[in-house]
Amino acid sequence: MFVARSIAADHKDLIHDVSYDFHGRRMATCSSDQSIKVWDKGGNGEWTCTASWKTHSGSVWRVTWAHPEFGQVLASCSFDRTAIVWEEIVGESNDKQRGQSHWIKRTTLVDSRTSVTDVKFAPKHMGLMLTTCSADGVVRIYEAPDVMNLSQWSLQHEISSKLSCSCISWNPSSSRAHAPMIAVGSDDSNVTYGGKVQIYEYNEVTRKYAKAETLMTVADAVHDIAFAPNLGRSFHVLAIATKDVRIFKLVPLQKDSSSSAPTKFEVQVLAQFDSHNSQVWRVSWNITSTLLASSGDDGCVRLWKANYMDNWKCTGILKGDGSQVSGQPGALSGVLGSATAQSALNGLIEYKHLTGPGRKKKKLEILPLQSNYGWRSYFEVVTLKHFLYF
Amino acid sequence: MHLGFEWGPGDLLVYETNYKLQGSPLVHVVRKDEDICSPILRKLFNESHLIFVGLQKIKEDVPSKNKKSQFVSISKNYRSVIRACMEELQQNAGKHSPDTHRTRRGGCSRSVSILLAIELIWNLCEVLFIDAAPAGSLLLHLLDWVRLHKSDVDARAREVLQSESPAQHQSYWDVVISLVLQGRMDEARQVLSKQASLRAESSSVFKRMDVLLQTMPIFNPTGTQTLTEFDVKWRHWHEECDRCLQDNTFASNRHLETIVKILVGDEDTILEQKELLSTWYHFLVTRLLFTHPTIKPPDLHYYAQSSMNMFLGPRAPPEPLDIILLSAFEFDLHQVIKDCSIALNNWWFVAHLTDLLDHCKLLQSHNLHFGSNLREFLVLEYASGLFTHHSLWQLAVDYFDHCPEFGRVYLELQIERIPLDTERKAIKVLRICEDRQMSEQVRSICKIMAKRALRNNRLGSALSWSIRAKDAAFATLISERFLQDYCNKGSFTDLDLLDNLGPAMLLSDRLTFLGKYREFHRLYGENRFSEAAKLLLSLMTAKIAPRGLWMTLLTDALPLLEQKEVKTRTTHALHSHFTVVKKLDEDIESTKTELLRLALARNLAMAIVKEGTIET
Repeated sequence: MFVARSIAADHKDLIHDVSYDFHGRRMATCSSDQSIKVWDKGGNGEWTCTASWKTHSGSVWRVTWAHPEFGQVLASCSFDRTAIVWEEIVGESNDKQRGQSHWIKRTTLVDSRTSVTDVKFAPKHMGLMLTTCSADGVVRIYEAPDVMNLSQWSLQHEISSKLSCSCISWNPSSSRAHAPMIAVGSDDSNVTYGGKVQIYEYNEVTRKYAKAETLMTVADAVHDIAFAPNLGRSFHVLAIATKDVRIFKLVPLQKDSSSSAPTKFEVQVLAQFDSHNSQVWRVSWNITSTLLASSGDDGCVRLWKANYMDNWKCTGILKGDGSQVSGQPGALSGVLGSATAQSALNGLIEYKHLTGPGRKKKKLEILPLQSNYGWRSYFEVVTLKHFLYF
Repeated sequence: MHLGFEWGPGDLLVYETNYKLQGSPLVHVVRKDEDICSPILRKLFNESHLIFVGLQKIKEDVPSKNKKSQFVSISKNYRSVIRACMEELQQNAGKHSPDTHRTRRGGCSRSVSILLAIELIWNLCEVLFIDAAPAGSLLLHLLDWVRLHKSDVDARAREVLQSESPAQHQSYWDVVISLVLQGRMDEARQVLSKQASLRAESSSVFKRMDVLLQTMPIFNPTGTQTLTEFDVKWRHWHEECDRCLQDNTFASNRHLETIVKILVGDEDTILEQKELLSTWYHFLVTRLLFTHPTIKPPDLHYYAQSSMNMFLGPRAPPEPLDIILLSAFEFDLHQVIKDCSIALNNWWFVAHLTDLLDHCKLLQSHNLHFGSNLREFLVLEYASGLFTHHSLWQLAVDYFDHCPEFGRVYLELQIERIPLDTERKAIKVLRICEDRQMSEQVRSICKIMAKRALRNNRLGSALSWSIRAKDAAFATLISERFLQDYCNKGSFTDLDLLDNLGPAMLLSDRLTFLGKYREFHRLYGENRFSEAAKLLLSLMTAKIAPRGLWMTLLTDALPLLEQKEVKTRTTHALHSHFTVVKKLDEDIESTKTELLRLALARNLAMAIVKEGTIET
């Protein structure tokens, strides 16, 4: 069975982002209450808050972890026009006993003149590099030349994307065949500039980032964007959260390596899903790029999977608003096929508030779509577990 | 309402980020509940892993025909593992206390049901695809299959036979008929004999039935009789049964009448035994037994479809299990795998079965041009699922190893995410990466461990991890910390490590210096003064000593200079270094300088005297 627990996050205002660290043992939450909280997962699977501190003078939009090779490092960005890099320092022994840790501010990046809407670390093979994007459309790429000194960052590149930016995603591929590539999504309401997703590529000859592609077919506001893990493929896969979920395939066309022009791509649409029937808020890939999850204003998280024929389908829905989906089809039948049907088992999961007055029981449902047959089993749960796996 | 989320290993974080906040914001953590039956199922995963690995090792060059028996035996191994797991689960289900949560208990019995279904399907696939029995043997195998999965007959038979007067037992005739339906004639005769002994007057009728049952021909695949010969014999027998029916031989006993009708293959009568048959596929096999025992594999599907329709009737739609079995009878392998994937949502089953079928070269022959992709796809899915389990992930590694296209990259991506809770776990993970020359993962893991150690001020650990990562820059950094510590505290930590660096010392200049410097201290401690002095000198000459430490080195040299063995040459050299240092850094503490100058001069004097008095 699935168990859903709710953690009372104790933020005093809306949570805008939640981010797991690389190993999935820690997480950071950020909020409009201007603070960040860091949580650690104990051996028993319970999450405890090990740090909570005020970070910005405005809502904190995003928080992200650096690769653990660089230590325990967080970056956050905010409405207050700054992005900040934090490092955890090993505290005094009595702090450790109380299970608290300290995070100190290493640097504040103040170059932006408007709200900084996203902050992401570049893939680790590029070194310790941080990228921000702002509401005025500027994308900035910073580098810490000495990875042991997190207070020194230099602005390496400034890209003016001309559209208000909402999200960025780095292509995680470390293959030498692929130049560093970053996708920028825009939630600009300006309709003159059609394409709301731009892809920039680093050119070895010019030593600059240049625009390689604009996805003209994405004309509506983009809320989230995510490159899929590359898996050694020659092409790239990009998921976009806009008024629907879209998955693009970008096939690089042959290019002369001494050319100063960016790579040209052949753009194909692998899938487009409007099942959320509302704005799609987040998209995220699992580590092997076999599963894409999306969340939308319909209050659902949907899981998308491609079969061995590369056909994409929805394989699960998580409903978060507590309402039960009526008319659950099918019934669990006995093993021997034609025996009398047993009562249906819906994927109803109960979870309890960890804190809060009373013991409210809310229902978080998991509905695997292809269960017209109504089969439920431990193994099905195991598979859903697979779906939720990296 | 906006709903945000984030992937985690084994769970998903979901948070509501409304336009307007209502109450305290929540983060939902959704994950599987591991408690249900998992230790037992874990055994299934572990043991099937062994079988899987063994299967992969079977050599390709042996011709398929000879391998068939090997594959059948492997298939039987898998099935016995499933059965063992099932039995254990059943025992466990019985053990639950009344306090055990309802869903948990339900979970165990559900698992048992699912495993039963899996074994049923697997067994049929083994009969039809792997063993690929030809006509004659086919029916025998199908009979075995049905018998294995309708085991309540044995229990009931035992109950009847062990009762005081079996013939009066209420299940008596049910047992006899059930045995007949399963083609177990000898056992049916045995039970019937209990009846016969009671009623002497009708004994001839029972004798007649006994003869019919005894003379029913059963095909012997290992015998000399051909299928045609068997068929002829069977028809004779069939006619004999029919004659008995027409002659009303058994009219006096309605049960015997029913039995002879079954023997004749009267479908309506067989169908009337619905309750005893309980499944349409039992009906199918029984029907074939008494109407068409020489059935050929390609003809199977017609009978299967009609049996299912007849048994289920118009109102009951077929269940997923029924569909799967039907696809198997139709020899539509692809459909079987597809339907199993969907209906069971069980990667363990389809992955292992498809892998076995692929080894039997069955996926290709069934015209699945994406045959090998399908197998790899399913195995990758299964293995990925194992990966986030805290101990089962090690099994997954072997599965990835046998996925030629994507196995390596999947492994690379997933193995670096394993939380490195302890050094022991890290080393385990490392060994796996090193064995597969995953050098980037090795480097990354070592770097993470080194960084973590450094953060917690465990310099020795940090150093050994950076050496293992071959990270020269980091090694330099840590060496400098060691030296700093030495300057502050006057002694080294982690002497064991420093003393046994060996060739790893050469990773970085600073590290080499650190190692040699420690060696110098050791030599001094062992009173090997001239060696120590020589080493110190070479350190300064080789210019790998950091400038900042030169004064310290010279200060270290001070006591040495008091020792008699230090030669003139050495002292001169030291003196020249001293001059260099003094020139570079005018601020050097004057007392120190004076001491050093005095010591150098004294030593020089001594050396001159000593050397002067030695015979040349």
